Amino acid sequence: MPLLDSFALFAPGTTTRPVQAPDDTAARDPAERLRLGPALQLLQQSGRELPDRDAVSRVIWLQAVLDALCELSSRDPLTGLANRRQFELALASEIDRVARAGEPALMLMIDIDHFKKVNDTHGHSAGDLVLKGVAQVLHDCIRPMDTVARFGGEEFAMILPNCPPSFGRTVAERVRNKVQGRAVAISAGQQVHVTVSIGGAFAPQWVRSSATLWIERADRELYRAKAEGRNRACLEQPTVSLVSAEEKGLLFGTSQFTELE
Amino acid sequence: MNSTATTEAVKRARITAVTSGKGGVGKTFLSANLAAALARRGQRVLVLDADLGLANLDVVLNLHPKITLHDVFTGKVHLEDAILPAPGGFSVLLAGSGLVEYSRLTPDVREQLQKIIDTVAPRYDVILLDTGAGISDVVLYAVSLADDVLVVATPEPTSMTDAYATIKVLATQQQRRAIKVVVNQVGRVGEGKAIRHQLQLVVDKFVVPMLAEGSGVPLLELVGEVPLDPAVREAVQKRRLLLELLPGSAAAKAVETVAARLAP
Repeated sequence: MPLLDSFALFAPGTTTRPVQAPDDTAARDPAERLRLGPALQLLQQSGRELPDRDAVSRVIWLQAVLDALCELSSRDPLTGLANRRQFELALASEIDRVARAGEPALMLMIDIDHFKKVNDTHGHSAGDLVLKGVAQVLHDCIRPMDTVARFGGEEFAMILPNCPPSFGRTVAERVRNKVQGRAVAISAGQQVHVTVSIGGAFAPQWVRSSATLWIERADRELYRAKAEGRNRACLEQPTVSLVSAEEKGLLFGTSQFTELE
Repeated sequence: MNSTATTEAVKRARITAVTSGKGGVGKTFLSANLAAALARRGQRVLVLDADLGLANLDVVLNLHPKITLHDVFTGKVHLEDAILPAPGGFSVLLAGSGLVEYSRLTPDVREQLQKIIDTVAPRYDVILLDTGAGISDVVLYAVSLADDVLVVATPEPTSMTDAYATIKVLATQQQRRAIKVVVNQVGRVGEGKAIRHQLQLVVDKFVVPMLAEGSGVPLLELVGEVPLDPAVREAVQKRRLLLELLPGSAAAKAVETVAARLAP
């Protein structure tokens, strides 16, 4: 059943229930009094499917509406990636995890090189196709636990939980290479190649950072990648706040409690 | 720090960050008593609670501030009104618990802190930044505002490890090449010297290879050792400055020695 038809069942005047006092109505079935029109319209326009209203219970159906709305409000409409809002949520929970569990985590800021040139040369719809194409590549690069988001304009961001510093460069280079290697079709028989510059920063392990600072550090590396000629990945040297067994050995091993000189 | 090219050379306080790595090593106790000792040497001293609301400076000094840095940040009061006289003849700028929300260091908070320090710096000879424990962004930022950094450690292994971790970060991230060390709660004379020596050994072997070649070796300077002294516990319990309550105690004398080294 099309969404708008099912909405019509709720529309005032079409209800088969007798009109009741407001309190009573609310007590019986608050769902009947909800204005679902705008929400259902949004969901239909975005192509989100809902279960058949008649096949499931009202609560399950409403839950599906809510889930679809949440999904809708966390996605970037053009690329389908997580949007800035969803990214910030993921970022906050990752910061909490790093502070508590001490797991290493990497953030990558990814910016399409000379994107303005694509727009100026081939038009904005070609620009949109490039954004979509790059988004798809980025999405193909990540693990299920990772987050990739459109950060704004032609800038994308990735959070890679549990990514040790020794893997950082490989991961960033893989992303860069995949984008470089994939042509984006912008019209019949016409393809463009784009490259990306990548800046990466690790969350300081065991330390509660802030989202702003972490983004800032990754951004700084992104600017460095741009300044050094684009189509490259620059990663911040991870914070060395951990003390190795060898260091402890030397710290406590030798003459600590013996007289000096 | 300040432009030396200005025609009028403005004298500016020397800013020293007091930090520790591990908490509970007597950092705030030392900051307060060091400030009193420096004041006795004729220095105009301000202690700034750079732990943003988590420091115990008000507890150590038995102050009950009505106005704090938090009110300055929110624009409720002028900075001047938040600077309080402390018992030891120095000034304090307390954060207030409202600043806990600032423990996430936003660019705005950083700008405010920088502005406050720039404003008060010409009025003092020494500013001590009592930073938080650990190596959080807030601590590292506070330390980055300082000319000197003083790391407080105790002979306890966890404290030494954390002090070393702090020194390592300061050397590699902030390119610090001179780091002052105070060893607190030493059990015997010379223990501070041995600990500094040990820390320096590890720095030379493990930190120096991480630094850019030719950028210099981080040098640890022992500016004093403070003995484990029951007088300290008594002062802390009475919420008094050790230098005022028990000025003749071994720990008080040791703190004065540190002050003499910092402001000869």
